[in-house]
Amino acid sequence: MTILKATDIGISFGGVKAVDGVGFSVSPGQILSIIGPNGAGKTTLFNIVSGIYVASRGTIHIADEDVTGLAPHRLAARGLSRTFQNLQIFQRMTACENVMVGRHLREKCSLLPALFRTPSVTRQNRETRAAALDLLAYVGLKDVADVPAGSLPYGACKRLEIARALAAEPRVLLLDEPAAGCNAVETEEIDHLIRQVADRGVAVVLVEHDMKLVMKISDRILVLERGRPLAEGTPREVRDDPRVLEAYLGRHGAQEAARA
Amino acid sequence: MRALLNQRLLTLAVLAVIISLLPFVFPSSYYFRVASLVWVSALAAIGLNILMGQAGQVSLGHAAFFGIGAYAVAIGPTHLGIPPWAALLIGAILSSVLAYLVGRPILRLKGHYLAIATLGLGVLVALVISTESRWTGGPDGMPVERLTLFGWRVSGSYTWYWVTGALLLVGTWIALNLDETPTGRAFRALHDSEVAAQVVGVDVARFKLQAFVIAAVYASLAGSALAFMNGFINPDQAGFIHSVELVTIVVLGGLGSVVGSIVGAAVLVTLPQALTVFHEYEHLLLGLIIIVSMIFMRNGIVPSLSGLFLRRARS
Repeated sequence: MTILKATDIGISFGGVKAVDGVGFSVSPGQILSIIGPNGAGKTTLFNIVSGIYVASRGTIHIADEDVTGLAPHRLAARGLSRTFQNLQIFQRMTACENVMVGRHLREKCSLLPALFRTPSVTRQNRETRAAALDLLAYVGLKDVADVPAGSLPYGACKRLEIARALAAEPRVLLLDEPAAGCNAVETEEIDHLIRQVADRGVAVVLVEHDMKLVMKISDRILVLERGRPLAEGTPREVRDDPRVLEAYLGRHGAQEAARA
Repeated sequence: MRALLNQRLLTLAVLAVIISLLPFVFPSSYYFRVASLVWVSALAAIGLNILMGQAGQVSLGHAAFFGIGAYAVAIGPTHLGIPPWAALLIGAILSSVLAYLVGRPILRLKGHYLAIATLGLGVLVALVISTESRWTGGPDGMPVERLTLFGWRVSGSYTWYWVTGALLLVGTWIALNLDETPTGRAFRALHDSEVAAQVVGVDVARFKLQAFVIAAVYASLAGSALAFMNGFINPDQAGFIHSVELVTIVVLGGLGSVVGSIVGAAVLVTLPQALTVFHEYEHLLLGLIIIVSMIFMRNGIVPSLSGLFLRRARS
């Protein structure tokens, strides 16, 4: 069963085809990694799938519903959630509030009860905070729940983004370089976290440069080069694919690697 | 959570105590008048602060809504025979409808572009008010009928001190309520990162519009209160300078701080009165004080000072 399916996606920026004819699909509980050299179009593809860019061609389906061109908040309502390569946390809100915003779609949000602080608003707020604290504990940030997110260290912000994305109880989670800039211990933690999330039945799509992490946790890998799909398969298949080696290391490097 | 709840009630309690104790130290009715002006300006600023400080959207034409509220209670009873209290409600409804209709297209704009668009709205409303002299009395302004509630004629600076003080308390309560709700969080989230707010499901356009409408209603009610209190209204209240004053109050007091808007209003309304002893240097000094306080308290008076006290308390 496929939960997210992108078909023949293409987008151009000023005549440059940033993404050209890329497709992929992912099922619940599966981890799909998208890799490729810098400028291969990985983040652009993420931005299209999450509705931030509108593709000039191709379709996107979530659970058989055509969601091509829908706004990000409508995609979120259909179970899509994501993190960002360059952190997009709410700096002036506390860690807990960040995750509480992630619960937005799970909350009843009407203006007048909020303005007059009806008991139901207070009750809901308490529930949302409890759920957010659980998630913070899950990613190991419970101690800093009431610290402004802007003053958290980088690795903590990465995990905070994951907690916020999980708060929406997504069916599909797009992670854009969750381990970038993290040390070995932090990468290890994120590795565990992603595995756990997938085991809960969430479909995970991962863009990542840390090849050790990618090879270890991915069920399947899609390789992009200059906006076009280069190879797709299991970690083993992709690792042994000469075209992939060439894309990463150049022709000469690939020959060296083959000899070694 | 408990601490936050208490902080909210504590703020309200302190404000209520200040409002009820000030009359004991006021030597003349002049002071009641100035204080009422502070309460009214603070009310408008608190609303604008929800838009600017929470949702992060600027409005350089906010006096337009203040003017609509003021002229609604002037024109309604005088020309159309509408009871003054109903005119106040109609003014608020007109303001929110205008904010909704204008906000839909212009809140797509960001930063300077939004500032210019709201500026245009302000200029437009002020222009209509000063040219439609058959209805508004033109640049000379027009008298406002006294407010009567259940046969009680609300007049006199002492009475209006209490009425505007009560209005400010309610306005403060509502603004503080917003903080710990999905709506308040959505405002602050889209302020920090629109794209992140969108991907967790916040309909950014809808929440910007809500903040704009809330701010418009606050300004409209403040405008109506001022018109009733003064018994007279002129187009300056809807003009550009007044819009700038409102923005100044919000920024000076502290973006995002409800108490900041009250302090900002107190400073900006009372300072010119206090500086009158310097005669022709009055405006010069006022400008200088604002510049210096923004340099040394760049987050605004209340956030800067409370940050300072918190650091002191910790060390």
